[in-house]
Amino acid sequence: MSAQSSSPEITFHPEHSGGTKRIWNTFWLLSALTIVELGIGLLIYNMHKGHPNPSLILAFKGLVCILTLAKAYYIVSIFMHLGDEIRNMIMTIVVPLCLFIWFIIAFLWDGNSWLTLRNRYNKTVPIEKTAAPAATEKGAKD
Amino acid sequence: MSTAAVQKETKWWSGGRSPFNASYGKVMMWYFLMSDAFTFGAFLISYGTIRFSQNFWADPNHVFNAFPLAGHANLPLAFVSLMTFILIASSVTMVLAVHEGHNMNKKGVEKYMILTIIGGLAFLSCQAWEWTHLITGHHEVLVNGQLEQWGTTVSHNPWGPEVLFNGKEVATPGPIAFGGYFFGITGFHGFHVFSGVVINIIMYLKTKMGHFDDRGHYEMIEKAGLYWHFVDLVWVFVFLCFYLI
Repeated sequence: MSAQSSSPEITFHPEHSGGTKRIWNTFWLLSALTIVELGIGLLIYNMHKGHPNPSLILAFKGLVCILTLAKAYYIVSIFMHLGDEIRNMIMTIVVPLCLFIWFIIAFLWDGNSWLTLRNRYNKTVPIEKTAAPAATEKGAKD
Repeated sequence: MSTAAVQKETKWWSGGRSPFNASYGKVMMWYFLMSDAFTFGAFLISYGTIRFSQNFWADPNHVFNAFPLAGHANLPLAFVSLMTFILIASSVTMVLAVHEGHNMNKKGVEKYMILTIIGGLAFLSCQAWEWTHLITGHHEVLVNGQLEQWGTTVSHNPWGPEVLFNGKEVATPGPIAFGGYFFGITGFHGFHVFSGVVINIIMYLKTKMGHFDDRGHYEMIEKAGLYWHFVDLVWVFVFLCFYLI
């Protein structure tokens, strides 16, 4: 029974009368996703002991990012009950967050550009083994 | 009553009702959390920018490999997994408290609020231990041709690239930004956990005093719950950015 009378503005209350099964299912799902993430984390750790293929490492890191987004979806949708709200409400929260797509791409691009400039022009700092290809190219020309 | 049918037939924008079918307080809590998400997002993206601009960055499995009472055992990811599970568990007890609130079950709300508060305090204790361990745990660093002992702070990073010195591998100073970002972002998150615990304690006391029964609904528990779940949500991303990748 949903015994609420919070505000006359509210047209109807979402059904909350169901048991706690959905909550526990989400808990087990989140735990399982976390364990998979930890497994991938340990896999990356062990790969770093040898000479790993950089694109393979990147692929595993990308996979962990996708799993994290899945966890975020379940927390917001089920624990925060956003999935039970009406479409108008969901959209005012989710649409502004799309700014993050631009935000992440633009600023990681900027960071990468700094790396390239640093390796090309900063001759006072010795370049490490992991130096970007652009730096070694320039060094060979000199 | 089918929710979909109600949604379709209702004229949401003709006045007299909330077009979001939610109270003012709940809508504003969502907008606050959205703005807070941008604050945390900006911090984490700035960390990403700096990390992308460096040739070398500390390997988190190397830095965060300690566990309380385990001495110098190498246990990458172990302690932070414990912290993650504590936070997920306290999120579940919070959503159960909200559920009991919907059923107007005062005793149930009290029980689950207490469990949530304990989870929050446990997480804060873990973070306190981790910070202490990082700041006071010294590591050998080669600085200007001499070996020094450095802890990890906002001004010292002993986790730089390794070089050969007198026939053995020794670390050199790493990018200073590491400590600043780590302590800044986990500190800002820890402060959110702390304020969440304070809010939860207030909610527990208000439940205990019967304020929500008098009011006829437990919506305040829902709003506090939104904040608490947001803290868990942010941790999911902090965990990703600092410990996993």
